[in-house]
Amino acid sequence: MTTVFAPELEKAPGSNGSPGRPFHMLSLRVARLWGACADRAVPWVTGVFAVVPIAVLVAITVVLFHEALPAIRINGIGFLTRSRWDVGSGYGIPIKVHGVEMAPHTSYGAWPLILGTLESSALALVIAVPISVGAAIIVVEKLPPRLSRWAGICLEVLVGIPSVIYGLWGILTLGPFLSKHLAGIADHVPDVPVLRFFRGPTYGAEGLLVSGVVLGIMIIPIIASTSRDLIRQVPSSAKEGARALGMTDFEVVRKVIWPWTRSGIVGASVLGLGRALGETMAVAMTSGAVLGTTAHSIFSHMNTIAATIVSQLDSAFADGTGFEVKVLAELGLVLIVITLLCNFGAKLLLKRFGASAIAPAAMGN
Amino acid sequence: MTLVAATPHEKGVNRARTAGDTIMWLVCGLALAALVLPIIWIIGQVIARAIPHFRWSFLTQPTIGNGGGLSQAVLGTLVLMAMVGVIAGVTGVGAGIYLAEYARRRSAILLRGATEVLAGVPSIIVGYVGFTALAIGLKWKFSIWAAAIALTAIVIPYIAKTTELALRGVPGSFREGAEALGMRDILILRRISLRAASSGIITGLIMALAISVGETAPLLYTAFWSVHNPTFGLHNSPVGYLTYPIWTFYNYPVKSATYLATESAFFLVILVGALIIASRLVSRRLSRYMPLGQG
Repeated sequence: MTTVFAPELEKAPGSNGSPGRPFHMLSLRVARLWGACADRAVPWVTGVFAVVPIAVLVAITVVLFHEALPAIRINGIGFLTRSRWDVGSGYGIPIKVHGVEMAPHTSYGAWPLILGTLESSALALVIAVPISVGAAIIVVEKLPPRLSRWAGICLEVLVGIPSVIYGLWGILTLGPFLSKHLAGIADHVPDVPVLRFFRGPTYGAEGLLVSGVVLGIMIIPIIASTSRDLIRQVPSSAKEGARALGMTDFEVVRKVIWPWTRSGIVGASVLGLGRALGETMAVAMTSGAVLGTTAHSIFSHMNTIAATIVSQLDSAFADGTGFEVKVLAELGLVLIVITLLCNFGAKLLLKRFGASAIAPAAMGN
Repeated sequence: MTLVAATPHEKGVNRARTAGDTIMWLVCGLALAALVLPIIWIIGQVIARAIPHFRWSFLTQPTIGNGGGLSQAVLGTLVLMAMVGVIAGVTGVGAGIYLAEYARRRSAILLRGATEVLAGVPSIIVGYVGFTALAIGLKWKFSIWAAAIALTAIVIPYIAKTTELALRGVPGSFREGAEALGMRDILILRRISLRAASSGIITGLIMALAISVGETAPLLYTAFWSVHNPTFGLHNSPVGYLTYPIWTFYNYPVKSATYLATESAFFLVILVGALIIASRLVSRRLSRYMPLGQG
């Protein structure tokens, strides 16, 4: 504390501030001038830095749009609903459609990828939301500060674990584990309309279920830390009042905390959803990476937009016409639109709580 | 306490209500366990796969084809981390200072909105744009600078946000006191605000580094991969880093290649763990500049 309140007034840069030496008028003037310049300069310099995110955002949008434009013109709106993904014959003579060169017999459809992205993220939410909210409630309401600090560290670790390590764990450990233990159940699920989705061969270690679970674990810190901060905001007077009326813990949670935080927790979930939609490496490693088909069961191999971009980009360069690279940019645009819609939704829902749309998993304790 | 004796019906209701409590805490406890368990499982698996094949030569030898060591990748990751720390650190902290201290209401809304939107952009998009714009468009080819810029774009929003929040947490009385003493704005910023907020800022910065260390998607097509130690040329300076062998080698049919993947995972976990511990220590040390329990 003392350091903060040390009465350090302006010192002329020329003097060493020792008490015996008087300031020279000149050096005082230089100091004043320098200080005045610095006072003016700092807002400008930091202002330039503050514009960097906008500049980067504009650059990303412009580049992506510029790359995607030919593909958008060729593929049209049907890109979103078609299913076939055929890079065409690389050995054939390239054809020209509307002035854009491409390999013959190409067909690009994003529907299975859009669906895969939504399905895996939805599964992630189903797993992450109950875990996050439950953990947040017990951390705020029950655990002593010491233990809740440890829970905070756990969230930081979950944020810090690289996504390739989640992928590696998913493919080497979780995938085999799930397929071994669920195979027996999955074979006996009745073949009726909704349950059919949970039936069928488990296909080994890769697929929708593994990707969904891994994604779910990855977005827990976002949802849990935001929910925790929201639950902490519930005024203690409301909780104490409820207890004074004889409410049990469960009733306090259901009748005081839940109504207070509901919309914020939905916002936090949407924020997590946005992260799950754009997650790349873990899904690329655990999805089974099929192109052109939609998942018919929860164990099916699938693919998402982000995973397709990362796994197809280098082979896209084998396409001498460069058309597939442009298609991937179009995919990227689709992804960015979905993600941003999500984030805007989350921001609207979280606005009332003053929570940020940048997941503050590592802030505070 | 009860003045009127409870009827049997009321007793039943009360028992149901306390049972509700027990069930809720049980479910919440299970949720917390479900949060902690994967961490232990994941890290335990990484360690269990890495330890049996660990040799010190992984740290001293470079990668040879799909075997050898990982020295150049360890070095590359550390170098990239340092570059991101400087570039993104200066830019992000600067942006955070502006947002917290100088921005007017309307421009703050715009700048903050852009920062949040940028935070939501998936990392593979940043990788794609880094590749098409920097490596191809500007003809840098694979370049360590392209990689550092891509990583910077990913962590800037995070650093800016943590800085802004930390500065907003500094009590107004600190500023007012300094102003009353006649301190210049710049000195108040440097000696009072930034110092009081230093715990939050540095914690955010270190966590941003931990995130950047674990990124793969933006690096694959900007840094690519190299078996040589990093060079700093703007053009054609591919660089090795630790996440690459995991993604590329984990399913190779050659043992030496899968060892590269598992050892990389091991080193990454150690590095990220060290960063998290560092952020904790730093925040504990620096939080003495903040009043009672903040920071």
